[in-house]
Amino acid sequence: MTTEAGSETEVKENAEESAAPPDQSEQAKQESQEVANAEGEEKGKEKEKDGKKITRYLPTWFKKQKSQSQTSPTKDVQPTEEPASKATEEEEGPVPEVNGHAEDVEEKEEVKLEQVKEAEAESHSNASTDTEPAKEEKVEEGAERSSDETKKTKEAEGGEEEKKEKEQVEAEGEGGDSQTSIFQSPLRLVRKTKMKVVVCHVALLDGTDFTCEVEKRAKGQYLFFKVCEHLNLLEKDYFGLTYKDNHEEKCWLDPTKEIKRQIRSNNWQFAFSVKFYPPDPSLLTEDITRYLLCLQLREDVASGRLPCSFVTHALLGSYTLQAEFGDYEPEQPRPLDFISQLTLASNQNKEMEEKILELHKSHRGMTPAQADLQFLENAKKLSMYGVDLHHAKDSEAVDIMLGVCANGLLVYKDRLRINRFAWPKILKISYKRNNFYIKIRPGETEQFESTVGFKLQNHRSAKRLWKVCVENHSFFRLNAPEPPTKAHFLTLGSKFRYSGRTQAQTRLASSLIDRPAPSFERTSSKRISRSLDGAPVISITEAGRDMAENGREPHLELHSDSKVKEPDLSPGDVEGVPSQSPGCSEPGLPQSRLRVHGDNIYVRHSNLMLEDHDKTQDEVLKHQASISQLKRSFMEAPPPSPPQPNQWEKRLTSSPASIRVQQQQVTTEVEIEETVVIQEVSKAAKPGLVTVTIASDAEVDAPPAEEQETQQDSAQVEEEVAAEEVQQGKPESVSSESESEDEAEYQPEVSVSISQTQIPEEKEEEEEPEKDDRDKGAEEQVSALEVPSLPAELSHPAEETIQEEEEEFRKEETDAEEKTAEKEKESERETEESTEDPMVTPDEAPDSPTPPVETVAAAASPAPAEEEEEPKVNGEASLVEVEPRPQVICCSEPPVVKTEMVTISDTFAAQKTEIATKEVPIVHTETKTITYEAAQLDGNGDGEPGVLMTAQTITSESLCTTTTTHITKTLKGGLSETRIEKRIVITGDCDIDHDQALAQAIKEAKQQHPDMSVTRVVVHKETELAEEED
Amino acid sequence: MANMCPYGRFTHAVVRGVPDTFGGAAGDGRENEGAAVDLAKARRQFGCLAGALRQKVGLQLIEIPPDPELPESWRIEDVAIVQGDTALITRPFRQQRRSEAEAVRRVMSELGLTVVEMEGERGDSGGATLEGSDVLFTGREFFVGVSSHTNRRGAEVLADTFRDFAVSTVPVCGGARLKNVCSMGGPDTIVVSSSDGAKKTLRMMEQLTDHHYEVLSVPEEAAANCVYVRGPSKRDFLLHRPAEECPESVSAFQKLQDYTLLPTACGEASKLGASLSSLCLLINRKHSHF
Repeated sequence: MTTEAGSETEVKENAEESAAPPDQSEQAKQESQEVANAEGEEKGKEKEKDGKKITRYLPTWFKKQKSQSQTSPTKDVQPTEEPASKATEEEEGPVPEVNGHAEDVEEKEEVKLEQVKEAEAESHSNASTDTEPAKEEKVEEGAERSSDETKKTKEAEGGEEEKKEKEQVEAEGEGGDSQTSIFQSPLRLVRKTKMKVVVCHVALLDGTDFTCEVEKRAKGQYLFFKVCEHLNLLEKDYFGLTYKDNHEEKCWLDPTKEIKRQIRSNNWQFAFSVKFYPPDPSLLTEDITRYLLCLQLREDVASGRLPCSFVTHALLGSYTLQAEFGDYEPEQPRPLDFISQLTLASNQNKEMEEKILELHKSHRGMTPAQADLQFLENAKKLSMYGVDLHHAKDSEAVDIMLGVCANGLLVYKDRLRINRFAWPKILKISYKRNNFYIKIRPGETEQFESTVGFKLQNHRSAKRLWKVCVENHSFFRLNAPEPPTKAHFLTLGSKFRYSGRTQAQTRLASSLIDRPAPSFERTSSKRISRSLDGAPVISITEAGRDMAENGREPHLELHSDSKVKEPDLSPGDVEGVPSQSPGCSEPGLPQSRLRVHGDNIYVRHSNLMLEDHDKTQDEVLKHQASISQLKRSFMEAPPPSPPQPNQWEKRLTSSPASIRVQQQQVTTEVEIEETVVIQEVSKAAKPGLVTVTIASDAEVDAPPAEEQETQQDSAQVEEEVAAEEVQQGKPESVSSESESEDEAEYQPEVSVSISQTQIPEEKEEEEEPEKDDRDKGAEEQVSALEVPSLPAELSHPAEETIQEEEEEFRKEETDAEEKTAEKEKESERETEESTEDPMVTPDEAPDSPTPPVETVAAAASPAPAEEEEEPKVNGEASLVEVEPRPQVICCSEPPVVKTEMVTISDTFAAQKTEIATKEVPIVHTETKTITYEAAQLDGNGDGEPGVLMTAQTITSESLCTTTTTHITKTLKGGLSETRIEKRIVITGDCDIDHDQALAQAIKEAKQQHPDMSVTRVVVHKETELAEEED
Repeated sequence: MANMCPYGRFTHAVVRGVPDTFGGAAGDGRENEGAAVDLAKARRQFGCLAGALRQKVGLQLIEIPPDPELPESWRIEDVAIVQGDTALITRPFRQQRRSEAEAVRRVMSELGLTVVEMEGERGDSGGATLEGSDVLFTGREFFVGVSSHTNRRGAEVLADTFRDFAVSTVPVCGGARLKNVCSMGGPDTIVVSSSDGAKKTLRMMEQLTDHHYEVLSVPEEAAANCVYVRGPSKRDFLLHRPAEECPESVSAFQKLQDYTLLPTACGEASKLGASLSSLCLLINRKHSHF
């Protein structure tokens, strides 16, 4: 979740809740409205049909979405107390009480169930839709809804009139949800009844307790993002949540798994803590991050986890004093009390306090941020800084401690370091039962790798240690986390992999943070406020409000934008669904939107910045350009999470046939949303931009759109199949291994494209040994389990399936992008190398001497058309949209020209009357497109495609993301040009970190193709925003 | 830590004169090492060392008068380990030497150092022995050579005393003492003898450390013990064995850029297993926060 989202979400939630009850009471009205909507939707039904197909194929996504959506919705629902009553009523009542509507709802559910039976995917979609309405703010949800709608509509069309009606109602409701939240309420109610909410208590580093409600099935990252949002923390990758298992041992909450399944108890108590101690805290971007790290270290020191000398103790304490109280003032007695109150040291005593004060005097003039930095500069030098100790026994049953840290694995006996295994020296990490093994790369004088084994107390602790190792290795040593889905990385036993951003990625991401330094309170002030406040925030809404109050400027600003847009939206809503109360509709949407916002926070900031400069112009520009740009962006280079709109546009503009598989999946959902948005726009925003309206018309009404949809559907189907195949295929090879959790292996190096991209030399060196190791390992490894770990074996099957599937995708995609490319691709598929194989890729990369090389997320050919369109559509484009990729330099890193497009469906209205919108709660869809472009040779991309040598499409799915890698090799005038287009579609709630996805995509691309350069990165975000009054 | 600065920033040196009983008393088996020692020469060499530290390097020199009762008291390095503001009074292997700490402890206190006693520090340190010549402090971490004179328990006490730093134990194969085979030759430079045992120790050190050190390898084992000081004048000084004593290693030292090389003879002490660093305790009192 974005931090920003929090307040918004809360508000939205409230609105939703408040709105929800009326919805129920007004269900009749709603129904009528829905009918009206249904009519409107009929247009979409055709699309929906397509969507149905899609949905069938997209089960995994929907599932994922469901979970996410569920998580988000619960929060939304629960948060507000006032609404809570309503919500509770709604939740509980919906089925029984629901104004007689309950029956309808139930029926709907039944229908849904039937649908589900028909197709798992559909079921997923349905479920997702159910959960989605309130929860899913994201476009995806809308898409899901649309898909559901489509399903329903189809079914209704199929024959059952009653069902049709119900479905229509549902569909309407869904549509309404997507469009306006009004309809969502009933659905929500149903879902609410299904979804149980749990109150989570999170102990924060400052000693306060953060309470929030979470759906029982929420995933870890939902809660984590909630907390980060509360903390206003952007550089959150260094942190994590811990819980205590049944054995009172601290475990890290896996963000990708359901909370409930991890804690395995009803004790929803968590602690927010630093998971990865940055070796150089001065490289952190934000002071607030450093502050939180300071808090953690204070606790570490006080608890003895981070041993340090008396002097260091005192020094750290003095910096703490300086940070929290400022300069030493003799007449101010408080520090002394404070010191004693502050348990800076486990063995704190009078002498210590005196030392602290003495040192404090010497820090005069130091700002809190400087004091924190000094604190960290000293703390980081401590030998046990960031070392996570685990009890173990060595082979001779001697008690030792294994310390996991940024550099590797340390072995301590008592306080003495007796051995150390740096990550580069570790070939494999594994555990079996209570044994923990590391395979060591042979030294200069040795010929064979050796395996060192340690005994841990039990299997749980062995696994925990293993996981920590895997995570630390990934975070500190890899450029990008290994996707667990990849065949290469399959390992025996647990498939666990670090799923977050690596340090490199988070640094990259944080380097892009451009929000004004957030103001935050340090503990001293908090301590005071705490006493005043008494209890910590109980309800999410409160928390969110607090957050907003706490100077989350971005939110405010964003809100303002949204507000501006809102007025437009509200009219649109009214038009679209006259009967529905705007409030109701809005609230529903906002929740889902809120989540999205959270992810986009960073982006928002930039928006804010823009706004600051010249808000009106920028906003207008954004609005105008947004839709068209978004579409363009998708078309052109949709690396991270490209919504489908682009495809739509392409279809509209160019040819109906081309749809990208990945996009398709996403698109289905997105498309629906878009259509919805468009409808709103067209209806409400008639006055709005001509271009926009056109686009909307085209999408919604235009036959080509339908065609496209159908195409998409087919593509989706293909994709889905592919995905299924991939999934199946992988499991097959790995299956036996993955099942047992008693043992697991992790071969860092194999996957460890670590720094390969960055440091080619190392790569080569590492790679060879790795290969050898692999071979050896294969031989040595008696168990079949290890075999899967071998990348080559695993990868091939998966790849093949993928490729096959991809081919289809490619075709479609290529059609959209490049017709010529398609042909080539097909022919070349065979040759295609799997991006996944680190080994292979490097070789390949060299093969295609990169002159023109365009990489990740660079959609070369399609772009021009889009670009052309864009300017036309958005008169603004010139300003903000530097998108015309060619010129803008887009290195993945610092020298990046970032272009953001914010599109709000309501934009039109917003433009007209910003003020009005601000005050009025608005539901809008916000679309943001960020384009990072590297100065490229346009000629390459635009130039005529040479002979297509190879075309590859690889699709990988993780929980929330689908990554499609499209590799096209062409021969141009003797030069081979390789273009890799990566599309990552992120579906789900706020939990998704777009920055991370982006960074990851870039890094992966770099790793895989070190010789290539990233020419363009386009991030397209669609978010439903609903804002209420401030 | 605030105390954590590049190795070599010293302000004070503590030495202890050579008693008349030099080469005699410690008695237990040490004397077999050989050759009779020349007391006068030993004192001369000691004087040269002290003079170099004071006049050339510019350190404040504190000389503790010799005690005839303590024939090995001139090996002052063994008796205390000083880092930052803390001085750990060690517990030498040989019982006879433990009273050497008395005078050193006093000096440390006068210098304002926090004196930590090894005994009493931990009730269970009964069997712990530790001698400074088995301890290599690099500015970033400690390496403790587990030798005939220093055991793991002693290293644990050291680790417990200097908690800011990693304390790693390494086996000492080549020489009797860790510092016989290696020493600091600069902030990030370790001078190591090229003997097999030294190499083995060095490999272990390299494996155990998080940092990267430059390694200056010298052919003669005696040359591996140097005294590096970055004096108040901000110049790099290296006291090393002269060409007369280690002819083949001098060229290695001359590779050091911008160093002021101070060939210092230590022949007599080395007959007793000591070396340059054995004769002095280096202390940095300037950097103190107190």
